Amino acid sequence: MSRLEAAAGTVTPAPAAEAAPMAVPGPGPQRTGGALVTGASAGIGAAIARRLAAAGWPVGVHFRNGAEGAAATVAEIEAGGGRAVALGADLDEPDAADRLLTELEAEFGPVLVLVNNAGRRADDLAPRIGDDRWDSVIETNLSAPFRLTRRALGPMLRARFGRIVNIASIVGPQANPGQANYAASKAGLIGMTRTVAAEVARRGITVNAVAPGFVETSLTADIATEPFLERIPARRAGTPDEIAACVDFLVSEGAAYVTGTTLTVDGGLTA
Amino acid sequence: MKVKASPEAAEKVITEGLVEVGADPAAINRDASFESLDVDSLDLVEIAQIVEDEFGVELVGDDVQNLKTVGDVIDLVVAKSA
Repeated sequence: MSRLEAAAGTVTPAPAAEAAPMAVPGPGPQRTGGALVTGASAGIGAAIARRLAAAGWPVGVHFRNGAEGAAATVAEIEAGGGRAVALGADLDEPDAADRLLTELEAEFGPVLVLVNNAGRRADDLAPRIGDDRWDSVIETNLSAPFRLTRRALGPMLRARFGRIVNIASIVGPQANPGQANYAASKAGLIGMTRTVAAEVARRGITVNAVAPGFVETSLTADIATEPFLERIPARRAGTPDEIAACVDFLVSEGAAYVTGTTLTVDGGLTA
Repeated sequence: MKVKASPEAAEKVITEGLVEVGADPAAINRDASFESLDVDSLDLVEIAQIVEDEFGVELVGDDVQNLKTVGDVIDLVVAKSA
C-alpha cells in the first residue's frame, strides 16, 4: 500500500492479527493464587487491596499496627463479594517475609501478586539523622521489600506468572531536603525493581514501581499542604485510589509487556 | 508433609524439573552439565524451588554456586535431606 493510498483511506485495511482472548480479571481459571499488599490497613495500601480484590484477586491485607484498619479493609472487600484476609507482621523482622507468604499460601495458594507498599518516614537534615533513623527507614522501605520479593519469586517462577509492584516515590530520583534516608530507600527500591525485572522477565513475571507524588494519606498528614499544592501543575494532591488504579493496571494482563519501569503519578510535579 | 529425598526420588524430581525448564529429556543424566543442557542460573533457581516444594530442602547461597552437573544437585539434595 502506498502512503498516499493509506492517507486517502482507499485501501481495505489488512485483517488484524488474531487478537488474544479477552483477559479474565484476577488470577483467572487457569491460575490459582492470591495477592499480598503490605501496609494495607489504610491509605494507598488499602485502596490497592480493594482494587485488586475488585479485579478478582484474593488479597492478603498486611498490617503492622493497624489491625482495626486492616479488618475494615477486609470487611469492605468481603462486603463487595471479594476474598481477603488480614495478616499482621513486623516486616523489619528478618523471618517475617517467609512467615507472611507461608500464611497467605495456606489461604489462597501461591502469591502471584506482591505489592510492596508498606513504608515509613523519619525526616531530618542529614547531619541529624542518626543510625537508628537511617537503618529503620532503609529496613522498612528497601530491605523488607527485597526479602518479600526474594521469597515470592520461587512460586512465581514455577507458575510462569507473577506481578510485583513496588511503591516508590518521586523522592529519590528527585531531591527532597530532609529526607536523605527516605530518598535513598526509594531510589534503591527503583534500582532493585529494574534489576529484578530483567532477571525474571522471560518467566512471565513483571516487576515495576509506582512513584507517587504528594498523596493525601496519614503518612503525609503532618506536611503543610499549601506550599506543595502551588508547585503541582494539577493544583491538588493525589488520592490513594489514583495510585491504586495504576497498580491495578500494572497487575493486569494488559501490562504483561511492561516491566522494569517506574510509573510516576504526581499530577505533573516532576514533568 | 515433605517426602524424604532418596537418591531415586531426588533424581526423579530433578529430572522432571529439568524437563519443565526446557532441558532435552534424552540428554539428562547424572554426568550431564547444566551448560550442556542449556540450563541457566534462573532455571536452577526454579529447580531449587521445585526441590524445596517436594522435599523441604532449601538450596541457597553457597550451596548452589558450585553445582555443575545433574549428579551434583541430586547428591546435594539427598545429603541435605538426610
